[in-house]
Amino acid sequence: MTAFLNSPKKTELIGFVLLAAVILLVLPGITDAFRLNMVGKYLTYAFVAVGLVLCWGSAGILSLGQGIFFGLGGYCMAMFLKLEASTPEATSIQSTPGIPDFMDWNQITALPAFWEPFHSFAFTILAVVAVPAILAFVIGFAMFTRRVGGVYFAIITQAIAAILTILIIGQQGYTGGVNGITDLRTLNGWDIRTDSAKTILYFVNAALLLGVIGLSMAVRSSKLGRILVALRDKEDRVRFSGYDVAAFKIFVFCFAAAISGIGGAMFTLQVGFMSPTFVGIVPSIEMVIFCAVGGRHSLIGAVYGTLLVNFGKTTFSESFPELWLFAMGGLFIAVVMAFPNGLAGLYKSHAEPLLERFFAKAGERRVGSAEAPAPIAE
Amino acid sequence: MQTDKKGAAPRSMLRRKLMIGAAALALGLAAAPKLGLAQTPPTSEVNTTDLAVTDDTVKVGILHSVTGTMAISETGSVEAEKLAIDQINEMGGVLGRKIEFIQEDGASDWPTFAEKAKKLLVEDKVAAVFGCWTSASRKAVLPVFEQYNGMLYYPTFYEGLEQSPNVIYTGQEATQQIIAGLDWVSKEKGAKSFYLLGSDYIWPRTSNKIARKHIEDHLGSKVVGEDYFPLGATGFNSVINKIKLKKPDVIYAIIVGGSNVAFYKQLKAAGIDMTKEKPLLLTISVTEDEIRGIGGENIVGAYAAMKYFESLKNENNEKFVAAFKAKYGEDSVIGDVTQAAYEGPWLWKAAVEKAGSFDIDKVREASPGIELTTAPEGYVKIHENHHLWSKTRIGHAQTDGQYEVVYETKDLVEPNPFPEGYQ
Repeated sequence: MTAFLNSPKKTELIGFVLLAAVILLVLPGITDAFRLNMVGKYLTYAFVAVGLVLCWGSAGILSLGQGIFFGLGGYCMAMFLKLEASTPEATSIQSTPGIPDFMDWNQITALPAFWEPFHSFAFTILAVVAVPAILAFVIGFAMFTRRVGGVYFAIITQAIAAILTILIIGQQGYTGGVNGITDLRTLNGWDIRTDSAKTILYFVNAALLLGVIGLSMAVRSSKLGRILVALRDKEDRVRFSGYDVAAFKIFVFCFAAAISGIGGAMFTLQVGFMSPTFVGIVPSIEMVIFCAVGGRHSLIGAVYGTLLVNFGKTTFSESFPELWLFAMGGLFIAVVMAFPNGLAGLYKSHAEPLLERFFAKAGERRVGSAEAPAPIAE
Repeated sequence: MQTDKKGAAPRSMLRRKLMIGAAALALGLAAAPKLGLAQTPPTSEVNTTDLAVTDDTVKVGILHSVTGTMAISETGSVEAEKLAIDQINEMGGVLGRKIEFIQEDGASDWPTFAEKAKKLLVEDKVAAVFGCWTSASRKAVLPVFEQYNGMLYYPTFYEGLEQSPNVIYTGQEATQQIIAGLDWVSKEKGAKSFYLLGSDYIWPRTSNKIARKHIEDHLGSKVVGEDYFPLGATGFNSVINKIKLKKPDVIYAIIVGGSNVAFYKQLKAAGIDMTKEKPLLLTISVTEDEIRGIGGENIVGAYAAMKYFESLKNENNEKFVAAFKAKYGEDSVIGDVTQAAYEGPWLWKAAVEKAGSFDIDKVREASPGIELTTAPEGYVKIHENHHLWSKTRIGHAQTDGQYEVVYETKDLVEPNPFPEGYQ
C-alpha cells in the first residue's frame, strides 16, 4: 500500500480520478444550471493554469502573458460565432447588412479578409489551437534562440500582452474594440444561450480539461518531461550534453499556448462573448496566481487553485463588497510567503505523510515506514 | 470620497426622513392631479407574465459596479436610483405596490454583469433593472435582456448606434451632447480650429468622429490634431507640447476616469491657463463627480457640454439636490449621469401606470411619449427610439468644483442614435 501511494505516478493517477469525480459528478450534483455555468467559466481558466504548470513549474519559464493565448483562442471562436449571428436578415437595419454590427458602426463596408476563413467551423477549430501556438512559436523562437530567459522573458511577455490589448482596442472596426465581440447566439445552428446548451458545454469543457491534463501528465512523465526539468535546474549542463535547449523551450511554450487557446474558446462558448479584458496584463497575472495558489508543480493542484481563487472572489465580493480585494491580496501574499508550493505543497507536506502512516498501520507493515516526507517535486 | 458619503449616510435619521418626506410630498403634489389616488388593481391583471409582483410589492433590480475601477463612477447612480425608489414608495409605490430592489454588483467586469443580469431576470424575475454604466457592460448584458425580455434603464451618456427594444436610454446619445456644444463655441467664442483628444475606446472615438464631421462639414472649421490614450494613461506631456505647437482655438477633450486627474494637472503645470481661454477647453466627459478627483483649482475655466449640472436653477432640481444631500451627506455631488439614473425609476413608474400593467411588452409599448415634468433637468420626454428628448447645456467650471451654467439650448434636442451624414 505504501509503495503504491509513494509512487508519484500512482498518486497523480488517484488525484486525477478524484478531480474527474469532483468536476463531473460532485459539482454538477450540487449546483443549479446558473452556478454550474459559472464553474464552467472558472474551469476555462484552469486550461491556462495547467499550461503554466508545464511551462513555469516544469521548465522554469515564467510567462506573464498567458492571457494573450487565452484571448486569441477566445477571439477565434468569437469571430466564428459572430459571423454566424450576422446573417444579412439579422443585420438588415445596418448600412451594410451581413457584416458584424461593430464593423458597420465603424464605417467598414466589407468583411476584412482575415475574417473570411472564420466562416468555416473546421478552420475555426484549427485556428483556436494553431493561432496561439504560432504566435507562441514566433515569440519563443525570437527569445529562446537568443537565450533570453528568466525575468527578461517575463517582462517581454507582459509587454506583448499590453501591446495586443492596445491593438485590439485601437482597431475597433476589426476587433470590436473595448466592448469586445458580443451578442453571440448559435454554434452551427445550435442555440448556445439555453440552459441545456450551457450544461452540455460544461461537460464538453470538463472532458477537454481532463484530456488536456492527461496529455500534460504524459508529457511530464516522458523523457521530454525530464529534459524540461533538467533544463530548469541546470540549463547549461543540458546544453553541454548536446541537447538543443531552445527547441525544448519553444515546444513547451507552444504547448501551453495551444491549451490556453482551447480554454479561451470554451470561455467564449459558455459566456457568450469575448473582450480585451481577458487579454491584458491583469488577467495574465491573475492566471499565474491561480497556478501559484494551486501549486506550480502540480497539474491537479492548478485546477483546484483556479477554482478556489474564483470561488473566493465570488463569495468575498458578495459578502464584503468593499474589502474583498484586500482579502484576495492577503491570500496571495500568504501563499507566496508561507506556502510557496501552494495547495499541492500543503498536501504533500501534511496530508500525504498522514495518509502514509494510516496505510502503513492498516496494512500491518513495519510501523512508520521510514521515508521522509516526499520531497517537493513534480 | 466614497467613504465621505458612506460615513455621512446614517447621519440623522429624523432629518433624512423629513427631507425625503418633504421632497416626496412636493413631487407627489406635482404628479397627483394627473394620476388621481393610487388604486390597487388585482395582481392577475397587472402581471400576466410571472414577474415578481405580489399584491403589495414589486421587485426591481439595481445592477452597477460597487467594486473595481468603475465603483467611483457608478456609486452616484446607485444612490440616485435608491433615492428615487424611496421617494416613489413614500408616494404609495407603483400601481399600489411598494418597490423592493435587489442590488447586484457588476464588479467592473463585463462577464459578471452578464451573469448578474441573467440572475436578476431568471431567478429574481424583476420587473425592471436600473443599471450599467460603461458601454462595454451594456453590450455584455444586452443579449441577456433581449433573450429573457427584460427592461433596462441605462443612465450614461454614450456613443449612440444602438436602439434596443429592451433598453430605455436616459442619458444623452452622442449627437445631443456634441453638436450643441460645438455650435456654441463656434458662435459665441469664434472658434476656428480644434484639437480632439480622447481615451481609446468606442465612446470617445465615435464622439470625435461625429465632432470632426460637424466641425469640417457644418462649421467650416478645421481639426488640427486628434490623439487617443489608453484607459488609465497618465502621461500627457507630449500631447500637451503638440497642442502648444499647433495653437488650436479649442481643445476638445473626451478623456475618462482616472486619466483626467493627470491630464488637467499636467495641462496646468505646462502653463495652459484655461481661464484665459487660449486655447479654450471643452469637454463632454468631466462631470462634478470627476472634478472631485481632479480638484476644482486644476480645471477652473474649462467648459463642459451636458444635459445636467448640479447648479441648475429650477424648482425640481433644488428639491432633488436637497433630498440627495439629506440622504447622502452635504459633501456628495451630483453629476450628469447621477441625475439621469434618478430619472430611471420615475420613467418606469410613469410607463407602468400608463400601461396599467407591469408586463414588459406593455411597458415597452407605453414608453414612447412618456413625459416627466418633475425631472431635475426640467421637462423630458421619451422618443420613439427609446432615448430622451432633452436640452443640452454648457457649464463653466469654477474653483469650488461646480459648473456655472452659461448656456442652454432653446428647445429640447431630438435624440438621433443613428445620425445620417455623421457616420
